[in-house]
Amino acid sequence: MSDQAISSDRTSNSGVAPKGLGLAWYRLKKNLVTPAPYMMVFGIVLWLGTYYLLTEGWKVPRFEKIPGPVEVITEFFSYDPIWGTSLFTEDFHENVYVSCRRILIAFTLATGLGVPLGLFMGWSRKFKDYAFPILETLRPIPILAWVPLAIIMFSGFETPILFLATLASFFVTTLNTMLGVESIDESYFRAAGCLGSKKHHVFWHVVVPGAMPFIFTGLQISIGVAWFSLVAAEMISGDYGLGYMIMDSYMVNKYVSMVMAMISLGFVGWGTSAMVRWSGNQMMQWRVKALALEGR
Amino acid sequence: MAVKEKNAAQKISSTTAKGRGAVSIRNVTKIYDPEGVNVMAVDNCSLEIAAGEVCMIVGPSGCGKTTLLNVIAGFHSLTSGEIYLDDELLCGPDKPLAEQGADRMVVFQNGALFPWKSLLDNVAYGPMVQGILSKSDALDKARDMLDEAGLLDVADKFPGEVSSGMARRAEIVRALINDPKVLLLDEPYRAMDALTKSIMHEALLEMYDRTKVTIFFITHDLEEAIFLGDRAVVMTTRPAEVKKIVSVKIPRPRDYKLLSSEQFRLLVEEAKEAVHEEAIKAFEAGERELA
Repeated sequence: MSDQAISSDRTSNSGVAPKGLGLAWYRLKKNLVTPAPYMMVFGIVLWLGTYYLLTEGWKVPRFEKIPGPVEVITEFFSYDPIWGTSLFTEDFHENVYVSCRRILIAFTLATGLGVPLGLFMGWSRKFKDYAFPILETLRPIPILAWVPLAIIMFSGFETPILFLATLASFFVTTLNTMLGVESIDESYFRAAGCLGSKKHHVFWHVVVPGAMPFIFTGLQISIGVAWFSLVAAEMISGDYGLGYMIMDSYMVNKYVSMVMAMISLGFVGWGTSAMVRWSGNQMMQWRVKALALEGR
Repeated sequence: MAVKEKNAAQKISSTTAKGRGAVSIRNVTKIYDPEGVNVMAVDNCSLEIAAGEVCMIVGPSGCGKTTLLNVIAGFHSLTSGEIYLDDELLCGPDKPLAEQGADRMVVFQNGALFPWKSLLDNVAYGPMVQGILSKSDALDKARDMLDEAGLLDVADKFPGEVSSGMARRAEIVRALINDPKVLLLDEPYRAMDALTKSIMHEALLEMYDRTKVTIFFITHDLEEAIFLGDRAVVMTTRPAEVKKIVSVKIPRPRDYKLLSSEQFRLLVEEAKEAVHEEAIKAFEAGERELA
C-alpha cells in the first residue's frame, strides 16, 4: 500500500504540476488516504443517528413532537407532501427565492457601503476620529432592538427587513475592513513612499489589496450575520421567506415544514458563505499560493 | 581666497567625477518622546559618505542605526542637524522631515515587496507610478532587469512563492530600476543562513560593480561589513554617534577567497574590538531596542 503510494507519487511528480481536473483528482486521491473524509461520514452518521433515536426511535419525552429525520426527508423529497410543502412545491421555491434575493440586496448594500467606509477609516486618522465613535456606539445595539424602529421608519414588509439585514452586516464589514487596513505592515507604506507613489497610488496599490484578507474574513462573517438578522426580521414582520416559513409553520403546527425551512437555511447559508470564500480566493491568488506553500 | 576656490572646485569634482549620491550627515540628533520621556536615539552624529561608496554602518542591536536610515529616507524627522544629498539639503532645522523620494531607495529588514503583486509588477511599480514610463515600457524594463539579476524564470510569481533570497534580490532590483542616488539597506540579510548570505553578497557586489550606486548598509555582522564595504563605521550604543571608522582598502572586485586572508581577519578583529565594547554597554543598559 505504502509502496504503491510512493511510486504513484513519483510518477505524478514528473515535473509538471497537475491543473484543473487533474489537480482535483490528485487532491481527492490524497484526501481519501487521510482519516478526514471517514471522520466526516462518521460524524454525520452519529449526529443523524442521535437525532433519529431521540425523536423517532425511542421517542424520548419532549422530543416526541419534533419531526424525526425520516419524516422530514421523506416529506422534503415527496411530490405529494402531506403538509403541503416540499422541494417540489411552488411556495417553497418562493420562500427560498425571496430570502436569497433579500440577502443579495442586503449583502451588496452592506459591502458597497461598509468596505469604502472601513478603508477610509483605516487609512485616514482624521476620518476615523469623526466616524468611529458613532459606529462603535451603534454597533453593540442588537439587531432585534432595531426592529420596532425599522418598522416605524420604513413602510411595507420589504424595506424594514432589508434595512435590518443590511445594518447587521454593514457593521461587521466596516469594522473588519478598518482593522484590515490597520493590520498592513508599515513597511509597505514606506516602500510605496520611496517608490514615488502619490496618495491615490498608495490607496489602490497598498491599502486596498493589503486589507483584502481581512475584508474577506469580514465578508464571510457578514453574510452569516445577514442571514441571522434576515430570518429574525422575517419572523417578526414578513410575508415570504424562510424565516417567515419557520414562524408560519410553527403557528399552524406544521412542524415538519418548520424543520425543512431550518435545514434549507443551513444549506443555503453554507452555499453563500462558500461563494464568498471562493470569490475571495479568486481575488487573492497571491495569498492562496503563499499559504499553500506553507502547507495550509 | 585661492584656497577657498580650490576647495570649492575639489568639492564639485568629487561629486561629478566619482558620480553622484554623496551623503553628508552633519551633527544629526534625534530624540524620541513616545511617552513624555525623551529618548535620545542619535546624538550629534556626523558622517561624510562619498559618492559611489559602500558605507557599512555597524553597531549593537537597537543602537539607533535604523533611526539614522529612517531620517535619511524621510520616514522620521530629525531633531537637530542637517543632512545633504549631493549638496542639496534633504532635511535640516527648517525642514525636519525629508521628502520621501525615489533618489533614496530603501531595502527593508523584513522585506517589503508587495505580496499582492508579482515580482515583475513589483519591479515595474516605481517607474509606473512616477509617470516616468508607460505601463508596457515599465514592464519591459522590469523584465530586462530581472533577467539581468537571474530572476526571469520567477518574474511572474508572487513574493510568497519564492525563496527569501530571491525575494530580497528582486527587492534590490525594484530599488535599482528607479536609478537611485543612494541605496539604503537595513540589515537585509539578517534572517538568512550563512550559505544564502554569501550568495546574496556576491550578487550585491556584482550589482554594485555594475552600477556604482552609493550604498548605506546597516548590519551587525562584522564579516559582512568588511567583505562588502569601503568603510565600516562602528556606532556607539544608544545614543548613536560614530565611534570608529575602519577603512577597508581591499581592491574590488572581491570574491570569497578574501574571507580566509590575513588582511581580512585583521580588519574584522579591529572592528570587533570596537563593537564589543559597545555591545557590552548596550547589554548592561538593558534598554529595549528602538525600531
